[in-house]
Amino acid sequence: MIGSDISVVLPEVILAVYAMLALMYGVYTGKDRTAPLLLWTTAALMAVLAFWIGFSPEGADTAFGGAFVDDGFARFAKVVILVSAAAVLLMSQDFMTRLGLMRFEYPILVALSVLGMMMMVSAGDLMALYMGLELQSLCLYVVASIRRDSVRSTEAGLKYFVLGALSSGLLLYGASLTYGYAGTTLFSGIIAAAEGGHVSLGLLFGLVFMITGLAFKVSAVPFHMWTPDVYEGAPTPVTAFFATAPKVAAAVMFARLMHSAFGEATADWSQIVALLAVLSMFLGSIAAIGQTNIKRLMAYSSIAHMGYALIGLAAGTVGGLQALLIYLAIYVTMNIGTFAFILSMRRDGQPVTEIDSLNMYSRAEPLKALAMLVLLFSLAGVPPLVGFLGKFYVLKAAVDADMVWLAVAGVLASVIGAFYYIRIVYLMYFGEPREALDRTMPPVQWVALMGSAAIMVLGVANLFGVEALAAAAAETLAR
Amino acid sequence: METIILFAPVVGTIICGFGWKLIGEKAATVTATGLLFLAMLLSWIVFLTFHGPTEQIPLFRWVSSGTLSVDWAIRLDRLTAIMLIVVTTVSALVHLYSFGYMAHDENFREGESYRPRFFAYLSFFTFAMLMLVTSDNLLQMFFGWEGVGVASYLLIGFYYRKPSANAAAIKAFIVNRVGDFGFALGIFAIFFITDSINFGDIFSEGHLLAETNITFLWTEWNAANLICVLLFIGAMGKSAQLFLHTWLPDAMEGPTPVSALIHAATMVTAGVFLVCRMSPLFEYAPQALAFVTVIGATTAFFAATIGLVQNDIKRVIAYSTCSQLGYMFAAAGVGVYQAAMFHLFTHAFFKAMLFLGAGSVITAMHHEQDMRNYGGLRRKIPYTFWAMMIGTLAITGVGIPLTNIGFAGFLSKDAIIESTYAAQSGVGDYAFWLLVMAAAMTSFYSWRLIFMTFYGKPKGDKHAHEHAHESPMTILVPLGVLALGSIFAGMVWYGDFFGHHVEEFFGSSVYINHETNHVLHDAHEVAGWVKVSPFIAMALGLALAWVFYIANPSLPGRLAQAQRPLYLFLLNKWYFDELYEIVFLRTAKWLGRFLWKRGDGDVIDGTINGVAMGAVPFLTRLSQKAQSGYLFTYAFAMVLGVVALITWVTISGGAQ
Repeated sequence: MIGSDISVVLPEVILAVYAMLALMYGVYTGKDRTAPLLLWTTAALMAVLAFWIGFSPEGADTAFGGAFVDDGFARFAKVVILVSAAAVLLMSQDFMTRLGLMRFEYPILVALSVLGMMMMVSAGDLMALYMGLELQSLCLYVVASIRRDSVRSTEAGLKYFVLGALSSGLLLYGASLTYGYAGTTLFSGIIAAAEGGHVSLGLLFGLVFMITGLAFKVSAVPFHMWTPDVYEGAPTPVTAFFATAPKVAAAVMFARLMHSAFGEATADWSQIVALLAVLSMFLGSIAAIGQTNIKRLMAYSSIAHMGYALIGLAAGTVGGLQALLIYLAIYVTMNIGTFAFILSMRRDGQPVTEIDSLNMYSRAEPLKALAMLVLLFSLAGVPPLVGFLGKFYVLKAAVDADMVWLAVAGVLASVIGAFYYIRIVYLMYFGEPREALDRTMPPVQWVALMGSAAIMVLGVANLFGVEALAAAAAETLAR
Repeated sequence: METIILFAPVVGTIICGFGWKLIGEKAATVTATGLLFLAMLLSWIVFLTFHGPTEQIPLFRWVSSGTLSVDWAIRLDRLTAIMLIVVTTVSALVHLYSFGYMAHDENFREGESYRPRFFAYLSFFTFAMLMLVTSDNLLQMFFGWEGVGVASYLLIGFYYRKPSANAAAIKAFIVNRVGDFGFALGIFAIFFITDSINFGDIFSEGHLLAETNITFLWTEWNAANLICVLLFIGAMGKSAQLFLHTWLPDAMEGPTPVSALIHAATMVTAGVFLVCRMSPLFEYAPQALAFVTVIGATTAFFAATIGLVQNDIKRVIAYSTCSQLGYMFAAAGVGVYQAAMFHLFTHAFFKAMLFLGAGSVITAMHHEQDMRNYGGLRRKIPYTFWAMMIGTLAITGVGIPLTNIGFAGFLSKDAIIESTYAAQSGVGDYAFWLLVMAAAMTSFYSWRLIFMTFYGKPKGDKHAHEHAHESPMTILVPLGVLALGSIFAGMVWYGDFFGHHVEEFFGSSVYINHETNHVLHDAHEVAGWVKVSPFIAMALGLALAWVFYIANPSLPGRLAQAQRPLYLFLLNKWYFDELYEIVFLRTAKWLGRFLWKRGDGDVIDGTINGVAMGAVPFLTRLSQKAQSGYLFTYAFAMVLGVVALITWVTISGGAQ
């Protein structure tokens, strides 16, 4: 019995054991001198695990009495999480070294946080869900304030921690209400309690509180306010990490909880999610216009993007889930490329985050400027780039689910949002020349930037098959 | 063979239009012309050997959608055969003529290649026109119809550096849109009722249409009448009939060979062809036929009155064309489609010749087109003079009364006038009297043209007169060939088109409802005075012209002074352009300006700008203010969010 359970969670176990061993190794040997080695091995292990999970046979397994579910939906998310976390780790080495932040705990914390995320996306029980969430969050609190001598970094970590605690409380409260009314914490039990679409008000309250907790994690309005401050304050590699893997994990967990535990009450949560989506899209787009710091801008950008992803969830259909997965995969790819570029923004060796510093960048670095142009247009959702396809899928899902108003709102918000992305392009190509940025760029970041931009162009053909994979994954959850 | 006729011009277009850089200008234009002569030769073979029933030659399946299935096919019957020779003969001769006429052109700069483009357009026009006349269904016909429209647009605006040419091209295109809209509606109505647009299917449905009613513009109509009127509106646009005629005189901005080919001999007769082709429907639409007669006869009269006072040589002939097309419609309207086709056939020869002759005069006079600056040219350019003289004899209808001996126009025009009288109906009599008066005026303005141009003393620029010279052979040969047609076409084919062989000649290509329509037969039995009346009218016109322009040249000026309002009314073409300017152009411009300034500028741009420059920045500032940086603000926002969501869910009680 326990043997078969272990075999289901084997990738997670391997990652956990590795993290502990690496910690021991780091503590008892060269401390921070081992950091580059640990960073590379962590990234390599994640890549291997992603490969393993990606090519593991189809079908769904459960472990520990249904508390852990390993299905296509979870595997899709895990691959995205692992790949993006590995990419961000590798991209961050140069930056962390320059700032003297290359501590050996950093890759280990990221690994543990990824472990929490893998747990989250596979959770089949409220307990497992909470455990994964807290493991992830605790690691993130720490990495957010990894630059201990910087006031901004510690402030970011602290804000994140306090608000995160508040959201955890809300989530826990909702979970206990749900347990109280359903009599179980298993998703399969909760859905049975809501048989026939009849959801008691207590269960509904539990649902709403849990949604608020999850909305905090995906930084949906009005639970988004930590995002800009934390993104700005945290070191840029940490921001890049925040913007990618945890968002995927939280959104996928959100979807699993809604569909697996409250699949009978779709109408109830879909309107709440739709409201959160609309608010996020509009606030993300409108507030980003006023930003002068590119990291804050990316924070609002991620708020808006999560709004679009939530449209897929709000649709409450298989098509919606598929759109959600496609959107997340595309979003993560775009963000990796964009952050690779932001990581390389330096003047005289010091990191720069002012948007103004990009003025007339195209004259100095035409190729990189072009790659950024592609990425920014893709983020804005300009056809025919891949970013447009992501938006197209979620909007289509909304239309198919008879939520035309939601699709219209999405289009309007994307019109507003296009402004701030294209303004960066404008500055890069037509702005007032300023003191130039450094021209060096580490190869890893260069590859990430160019690769991401290339995917945005080449993926137009068939999205590299992600569409079919996402469809199959969505099918396993919706059943 | 029919396929070769059809596609030779398009091959010429492609070779000449796209390949001239490879094979050279000369070779390209010669190829296009050679292919046209080939088509002409084959067309004559087809015309002379064709006897018997209608043939359909399918080429390929074009459209298949639902119940609509359309083949690309050639429908070969007598109507097609007539049109084939008219189109290919005039086109081939115009190609040849263009070698001389387009040799040097001041509208283009030194070294610019415009000839291959011109020949390619001509060949393309010919292809589209052949497409139109060989069509086996309405869609194919519409394709050709629009194709000739495009070619006409391109050729009117050929001198693209002249603003007036561009304006004329646009005007022709837009006025034709109005007609085409009617044509398209007619096609839709036919498909709506008969579920087919193939001629074979719809021609057998004539009686059914006559018994069907259809609601259009909130009114019940008889289907046959409605469809035929709609189709005729299309014909009115293409054939420049009253109300949609305004583009034709302006189209004279194009090079003269274009005027001869498109705006005299072929394209403008497409409307007549359409009515004749649709005779199985028109025969069941008496009201529509009456409408056709009235419009045709009125146009014939109205255009002739304007022709009396015009001074531009090409415009006189243009109004003459407009008037002659009116004759054809009048004939078709009283149910004698054969007479309409007869006049179409003969008119193609003499009108093309008049235009080409006018072109020759214009070349001789260094692009002077005002007849007041001509005079005494008959010695300078004798061949052209004789050609124009033959053309004038033909158009005015000179012949021996009560016999079948005379120039081409004598036979065909008299056939029409007799037919209208024989119709024995109100509209028939109306048409008869108008057409006789128009015949007198035709004679007057045609002779006026001859007298002003070739007789009297040289006027205007002395230098131009001294250098006036006869045109080259490429111009004179087409004139000679057309002169033959103008003299003999009427006499040779009178029996076939209007005389004893008419039934077997046309076969089933023209449908006559013998229960109600005896006009063709009666036309031969009309009284002697009716038969003589056009001749008398012609003689009267000739005499008057002689008095006005040879015997007493000061008379026209004094008459114009005495009858100034009438003179201005005619000179300004009945003020149609001005009327349209006020009624249509101003309102359209006003509406456009309103939608642009108020609708687009204030409403759309205003909203967008208001949102983008007012609301969004305001919200941006607001959101920045909310992002205070204080933890308690953030926590408060979260709590507010929770409260709002919980309240909402509680009040709505979930989705139940």
